[in-house]
Amino acid sequence: MNSINASLQFVPISYYLFFCTVLFCIGVTGVLIKRNALLILMSVELMINSINLLLAAFSTYLNDPAGQIFVFFIMVVAAAEVAIGLAIIVVIYRTTHSIDIDILNKLKW
Amino acid sequence: MMFTKYIFFFLSILALYSALMVLMSRKPIHSVLYLTLTFFAIAGHYVLLNAQFLAVVHVIVYAGAIMVLFLFTVMLLNLNKEEVSPKPVWIKIVVIIAGGTLMIVMIGIFRGYDVALKEDPFLTQIGLVKNLGRVLYKDYLLPFELSSILFLTAMVGAVLLGKKEQI
Repeated sequence: MNSINASLQFVPISYYLFFCTVLFCIGVTGVLIKRNALLILMSVELMINSINLLLAAFSTYLNDPAGQIFVFFIMVVAAAEVAIGLAIIVVIYRTTHSIDIDILNKLKW
Repeated sequence: MMFTKYIFFFLSILALYSALMVLMSRKPIHSVLYLTLTFFAIAGHYVLLNAQFLAVVHVIVYAGAIMVLFLFTVMLLNLNKEEVSPKPVWIKIVVIIAGGTLMIVMIGIFRGYDVALKEDPFLTQIGLVKNLGRVLYKDYLLPFELSSILFLTAMVGAVLLGKKEQI
């Protein structure tokens, strides 16, 4: 086990920063570019996941368990958010027969 | 010695490719499946970081529960068709420029950042269930219990929203 671990070394933390930044920006682009409410929710999930991974990476690199506990709680909130969000999408689909968010502009003006 | 880096690059490229395909595939169900692939790649990253507990929870919660919810919604509502009115091309170009600018700025900020390592990061044992559970039940007991109340609230809310008759 130790020999395996000894060969698993030295991915700099900046690699994780770059990777998570790119993933986060893909999520941001998805939120802005899509009209389908389901895909917007999925892009939000992508952003949450990139943040989670970065928290776990820093937690490992700084040897502090608080980061991983925080990731755990973020997962809890994300699961609750998805359940409520999909329920809302189902209700929207029932009333408007579409999940195009540009139809839902009654509260906008 | 380069083994970790190869795994890291493989998982990163897999995750980024499937994240891009989430946005680019035409049918929602393909997007959902590509998102599942992204989640598995991120679970691989957790294993690489020696955070086994998070890896298992991630697979169970995201790939297990959340993606099943998404698939269930797509199939139940028969939403698997292309967008009726996609945004005009100039908006897409503007959005891609905005996202790319955000990415470039953030990478510029993070470039050259490094932490002073106290010890070898991949030898830490904090991600194991035993150590993480001790911290969770000792220092973070109240948030843990509150999160169960949050789940109960979310469940009641989802059931209430999903009911057929008017509330």
